[in-house]
Amino acid sequence: MTPDITERQIIQALQGGLPLVRAPYAAIATDLGLTEPALLDRLADMKARGVIRRIAAAPNHYKLGMVFNGMTVWDVADGRIAAQGAQIGALPYVTHCYERPRALPDWPYNLFAMVHGATHDEVEEKRGRIAAILGAECRSSDILYSTRILKKTGLRLNSRK
Amino acid sequence: MSDLDDLDRSILNRLQDDLPLVSAPFAVLANEMRIDQDTLLARVQRLKDDGFITRFGPFFDAAAMGGAFCLCAMAVPEEDFETVLTKVNAHGEVAHNYQRSHRLNMWFVLATETPEGITETADAIELETGLQVLRFPKLQEFFVGFRVAA
Repeated sequence: MTPDITERQIIQALQGGLPLVRAPYAAIATDLGLTEPALLDRLADMKARGVIRRIAAAPNHYKLGMVFNGMTVWDVADGRIAAQGAQIGALPYVTHCYERPRALPDWPYNLFAMVHGATHDEVEEKRGRIAAILGAECRSSDILYSTRILKKTGLRLNSRK
Repeated sequence: MSDLDDLDRSILNRLQDDLPLVSAPFAVLANEMRIDQDTLLARVQRLKDDGFITRFGPFFDAAAMGGAFCLCAMAVPEEDFETVLTKVNAHGEVAHNYQRSHRLNMWFVLATETPEGITETADAIELETGLQVLRFPKLQEFFVGFRVAA
C-alpha cells in the first residue's frame, strides 16, 4: 500500500539536497515511506511538469573567486524584450535573467541580468559585452553592485499543511 | 582556486548540469568521467564540506511549489539603514537581502505561501518604516545555463 505522500512532502524531504551516497533516492524514499521506484516516478513527473528544473549542484560563487556581482539593468522596448532577454540569458556569464516591471519615473529598467566576476573590471567588461549586444535598442542602463549580504536564508517551505 | 585540482574542476563543472533521474546517478557520472564511483562521491563530499558547493539536489521551480516571490527595493537613508534593516529582516518572508550601490540601496526577495502574502508583507514593511517598497515581480524568466566555470 503506497502512502499518500504529497508533492509538498517530497519537496520538503529534498529541500536540504540529496545525500551523497550511491543510491541517494533510496535513502530519501525510506524517509518518506515510499519505494525507490515510486519516488523516482513521482520525481520524473515533477520534472516533466517543470516543478523540478534540474538536479544539480549550486556552486558557491564567492568561494570560486567570483566575488563581484553586479545586477545589470536595461531599458529595452517591450516588443523586443522576449528576443533580447533570451539572447542575454543565454550568455555564459549571466546567472539570472528576468523581465520585471518598470517603476517610473525612478526606475525605467525592465530587463535584469546578474553578472559575476573575479574582479570589478571583469564584471564591467561583461556589462560592456551585454551593452554591445543590445546596441541602440537599449535606451538606458545601470549596474548595481552588491556591497553587503544583509540576509541569506534560502527559500524554505513552512512545514504547515 | 588553488586548492582545486583539474578533477575537482571538471566535477564541479559537470555537477552544474542536469543529472539523470536514475537510482544511481553518481555511477552514471563516474562512468562518463571515467573515474571510480567512490572516488567521485568522496570528491563531491569534499567539495561540499569545503563550501565550493552550497547545495546539491533538485532545483524546484518556486512558483510550482505554490509560493509567491517578489524582488523588492527600498531607498533607505544611510543614517536609518541599520534600523530599517532590523525591521525588514525581522519578517520571515524576507528570504535574502542585499545592500547595493544605488539610491535604491536595499534589495530583498519576499517568499510567501500565497500571492496575497507579498502585498501584505510589503505593505507591512512600508507601514513600519515609512518608506516605499518598490515591487519587481518577475514577468518573464529567460533561460540561463547557470554555470560558473571552476
